[in-house]
Amino acid sequence: MSILDVVGPVMIGPSSSHTLGAIRIGRFVNRLLGEKPDSVVFYLCGSFSKTYKGHGTDRALLGGVLGMADDDENIKKSIEIASSTGLAFRFSAFENEEVHPNTVRIECQKNGILHDVWGASIGGGAINIFRVNGVECSLNGKAPVIFVVNRDVPGALSKILNKLEINVANLYLKRLNRLKLTAAAIIELDDAPSKKTLEELKKLDVVLELYYIPKIF
Amino acid sequence: MLFEDLKRLVNGTQLPLHEVVLSYEMLENGEDPQTLKNDLSKLLKIMLEISDKIYGKKFQTLTGLTGENGFLLSKVDDGLLGEFIHCAVVTAISMSENNASMGRIVACPTAGSCGVIPGIFYALKKIKKLDFETLLNGFIVAGGIGEIIAAKATISGAVSGCQAEIGTATAMAAAGLTYCMNGNIEMVESAASISLKSLMGLVCDPVGGFVEVPCVKRNGTAVGVAVVASQMALAGIESVIPFDEVVDAMKKVGKSLPESLKETALGGVASTPTARKILKDIIENLG
Ligand code: SF4
Repeated sequence: MSILDVVGPVMIGPSSSHTLGAIRIGRFVNRLLGEKPDSVVFYLCGSFSKTYKGHGTDRALLGGVLGMADDDENIKKSIEIASSTGLAFRFSAFENEEVHPNTVRIECQKNGILHDVWGASIGGGAINIFRVNGVECSLNGKAPVIFVVNRDVPGALSKILNKLEINVANLYLKRLNRLKLTAAAIIELDDAPSKKTLEELKKLDVVLELYYIPKIF
Repeated sequence: MLFEDLKRLVNGTQLPLHEVVLSYEMLENGEDPQTLKNDLSKLLKIMLEISDKIYGKKFQTLTGLTGENGFLLSKVDDGLLGEFIHCAVVTAISMSENNASMGRIVACPTAGSCGVIPGIFYALKKIKKLDFETLLNGFIVAGGIGEIIAAKATISGAVSGCQAEIGTATAMAAAGLTYCMNGNIEMVESAASISLKSLMGLVCDPVGGFVEVPCVKRNGTAVGVAVVASQMALAGIESVIPFDEVVDAMKKVGKSLPESLKETALGGVASTPTARKILKDIIENLG
């Protein structure tokens, strides 16, 4: 507990769970792609779906996906900004009793590649990203993350981890396709990796796709 | 952190309260006092800058249920409030309306209660003409009070009702105000205690769940409570119950409040016939 838990952050209103958390989940997607997507669909669950407009959650999510900061005054205008930059977006509701009531599933496309991120705004601006492209995880946005699709062959993972000079905080794994022998890993790190490390990782023969997501806040 | 600890440290070291709060942070979580002071100074600066920008303005809020209340009050002063409270209430309401219109705010302690503390500090700057250093010291003391409540109880309306949000903001504001007015540590304690006692049991009942009704006006009236509590304490009126015990009591009250009165929008003014009708209209209008 610190004084800074009760004073601050500087944010866009009206509420930390409906705007701040939503901006951060949206920004996770922006950082995953490295830029804004070509198109995006937000599936809102539970309390998010019923009153999202009155809370500004739609503008917050969209602002986040556009890469805006927690206190960017343009978030208010994100719908207009998204339209003018040619980002196609849609909001939809979905029912799911098992997830946190303030959950959003963000499905987006960039250069023909589909991404699918599930996140919950769990209060006070805190977030939990719990599924990224089919891999179950629990990311709070406060640590840098690497998302890698690799060849599912013996030794692949250790090859990847060996290249990292940084302590690994958490590791989430999933086999994607048995026939194509692909798997995915989410590697949560204690510190940001160097550019060189990321380049070297991309060059590994076992690495098929690699995304680096710096910390969100 | 307990208020008792702060008192003991102040009496033992003879250091001023704001410095004790900063050193306590270092002992508790290793935070460098200078860095923390710089961070808080930045936040206070931003808070005062925003206050300057939004004072008495009209806003287009998300639901349209509020937005011009700060403006209305800024135009009328029948002398009932006095210059200081008038300025503080206009700031508090305007800040809350700014929040409800997706404006930039400093959560303090939360977004819903973001008007109370700027209200007091902006009035101290504008009306009392206090220098920034004095304001910052008061802001640090206010932060310490908030932290005590957050650590012992909660600052979330969903957990303990509005007493934990606006109640906390009011106690923080009253403590900061008292300190800025040269009140000693006993006076600071009494101001915070009297405020929290006055708002104890306050329920969280936002119409439709939106942070507008009753939140915006509550930020305004809470400022009045903070100023009155502070002036009482400065006059030597003591809180019979020590602050730490008031916080414990607030926590217990929060536990015994039913879920309908904790941000679920199922009780209080949120469940009145007018609120239900308004909500229906809003959902239809927003589509
Ligand atoms: S009524 Fe609830 S939402 Fe409104 S300010 Fe109070 S605690 Fe926050």
